[in-house]
Amino acid sequence: MRLRDRILLGPRWIGHAWRRSLTVRVVATTLIVSAVVVSVLGLLLLSRVTTGLLASRQSIAVSEAAAGLSEAQRVVDAASAGTTAPSPARLVDSVVTSLAARAGAPGQFDLLLLAVDPRPDTPERGTNLVSVSSVPQALREAVNESQRQSWTYSTIRYLDSRSVPGLVVGAPLTIPGVGPYELYYLFPLAEEQSTLDLVRSAVVGAGFILIVLLFTIAWLVTRQVVSPVRAAARTASRLASGHLSERMRVRGEDDLAQLARAFNDMAANLQRQIKQLESLSRVQQRFVSDVSHELRTPLTTIRMAADVMFEHREDFDAPTARAAELLQDQLDRFEELLVDLLEISRFDAGAAVLEAEPIDLVALARRAVNASQPLSTRLARPIDFEEPEHPAVVTADARRIERIIRNLIVNGLEHGDARGIEVRIGASESAVAVTVRDHGVGLRPGESSLVFNRFWRADPSRARTTGGSGLGLAIALEDARLHGGWLEAAGEPGRGAVFRLTLPRVAGAALDRAPLPLDADDAEEADARVGGGDAR
Amino acid sequence: MTSTEASSRGRVLVVDDDSALAEMLGIVLQGEGFDAVFCADGLQAMQVFREVGPDVVLLDLMLPGMDGLDVCRAIREESGVPIVMLTARGDTLDVVAGLEAGADDYVVKPFKPKELVARIRARVRRRDVGTQDATIVIGDLTIDTVGHSVARGGEVLALTPLEFDLLVCLARRPGQVLTREALLQEVWGYRHAADTRLVNVHVQRLRAKVERDPERPEVVLTVRGVGYKVGPA
Repeated sequence: MRLRDRILLGPRWIGHAWRRSLTVRVVATTLIVSAVVVSVLGLLLLSRVTTGLLASRQSIAVSEAAAGLSEAQRVVDAASAGTTAPSPARLVDSVVTSLAARAGAPGQFDLLLLAVDPRPDTPERGTNLVSVSSVPQALREAVNESQRQSWTYSTIRYLDSRSVPGLVVGAPLTIPGVGPYELYYLFPLAEEQSTLDLVRSAVVGAGFILIVLLFTIAWLVTRQVVSPVRAAARTASRLASGHLSERMRVRGEDDLAQLARAFNDMAANLQRQIKQLESLSRVQQRFVSDVSHELRTPLTTIRMAADVMFEHREDFDAPTARAAELLQDQLDRFEELLVDLLEISRFDAGAAVLEAEPIDLVALARRAVNASQPLSTRLARPIDFEEPEHPAVVTADARRIERIIRNLIVNGLEHGDARGIEVRIGASESAVAVTVRDHGVGLRPGESSLVFNRFWRADPSRARTTGGSGLGLAIALEDARLHGGWLEAAGEPGRGAVFRLTLPRVAGAALDRAPLPLDADDAEEADARVGGGDAR
Repeated sequence: MTSTEASSRGRVLVVDDDSALAEMLGIVLQGEGFDAVFCADGLQAMQVFREVGPDVVLLDLMLPGMDGLDVCRAIREESGVPIVMLTARGDTLDVVAGLEAGADDYVVKPFKPKELVARIRARVRRRDVGTQDATIVIGDLTIDTVGHSVARGGEVLALTPLEFDLLVCLARRPGQVLTREALLQEVWGYRHAADTRLVNVHVQRLRAKVERDPERPEVVLTVRGVGYKVGPA
């Protein structure tokens, strides 16, 4: 099993290494190409050497054989011209002996004198126990058919079962009174063979060393190029993970040093920009905090003064009393706007902090509903809250979640009609959700994402009934995002709108589906999903 | 309006450097029947505090001279008098810092006068304890609800009045879980508020005083996702 796995994995692993490592790719390519080149060169060299070695030997052999043949012919002619005709055996012996004498002390060649039609009265002779099987049948046929000298390479075998590679040259020889013969010269090529063996092993050895050298060179060169590139990659990933002061080492003035320098410049620029942004954000936060404090203290005084006047409005004349009322109302609105603006700017500055703890969404929704009852009564738009039996515990920031639900309820009451709004809660293993549904003017296509825009109004000419800041839904969306939750809207013109808040049970965990439908008919999903898991 | 009453409802020390706000606070407080004493400088706050002996302190967190948090800690070292912070920032860090410095409650500017008065009243009114059991025993703790003292084996624990109220509120219903909202309503007098920071910080402070090991509480137990209870320790 294990072996099979490895066999199955083998090609994949190689493929993986090929794709991942430049070194592997360069070295492997070098190895393959150099092996091919070295083999071709080696073969070419070997064949040249072989041809050269054999060509000279062959011409010597052929001329020696030709000379031998005419010598044999002379011996035969002399014998037949004599008065007493010698016996066939003696004639054949004398031919072979006179030819063998030419071979020299360490026999440069062996001889075979073979009869074309072997009969008892046509004796065959050979020198040095050379075997008849040394002459290939094809050569014999060629000699007999052409009646001329022919040659071929063959293995020369001896009767004592030695054998050497050799060159066999044959020619027809007619011995008068005896019959047609074939004379074969067998030149052993043992020396040439050993020379060739030597050359071959030298070529193979040199080729192998060359391949190893090229392999090493390729590996070294690639390493020189790749290791700075790898260092750059490492540095880049450390930079990306927030180590902004990470830099590459610059050595020399070559291309890699230029790369390192350019990389370091980029890193320095990035670092500067990020630092700048950070300090801007700090300045922004500081400013918001200061504005907050500076504005709030006088506003508190104004607020209390207005309150005292409002309490005593019966003591004033009618216009002054009305002025006190207006002052009171508008201060409420101003306060709300200020609080919302500061909250939004806190989000913008990234200064919003999540205070997550386990809370019961049902209890939060109940409280938000109760807090909205005065508005509900004033607008005569009832809130239908179906309280589930079980608590829906979720790890979240109670203050923010209650604010979201309250914003959704106020929004629903403001844009709904006399049928009021419905608040529902759903829970699943991984998520909880609240929906707030109204039966008012609804949303036109595309508006379901616009509703979360700051100060957005479906109908700019329509007056606000509650005097809200226009930032409620934008803040609610930011709050939902902070939890890694979804805040979605859906609706159709004239059929009302529905808002759904979905929160993961654990703040920041990924959401896959909401435990409550977003549409009244459960038919279509929201055409815009805002929020998502991009919580800061 | 019942602005003129013969006997004062209590004396309030207002520590705030904004003279307009201080004057306005004075008008509102006097309208509600409190005596108001003012101090605009953090450095003098302790001296004035000792001279006046107020029933409640209204303390601005941003003060010249001495930081509001330092004033708060200095008062706490000497007295358990209720302290209500005035803060311009509702940020958790500021609020928790104030509560941990010893403040009982806080209001975020801009606040409504009624809201402030409700906070102050909740802190002053606590004197009238119910006529239930005068002594409650939880484990090795003995709570004397008449004498406002808590003792462990004869050793009296120094609780602030608020911490005492919080403990008594839980101890009157041993084993029963009280939600943070219920505690906010009973101890702080809030009606619609979800400010769990207030409860959390004070439970921590209470535990630091009544638990043998505050890391592993045996008296005041957390019920995850719901609230707190006094366990059968």
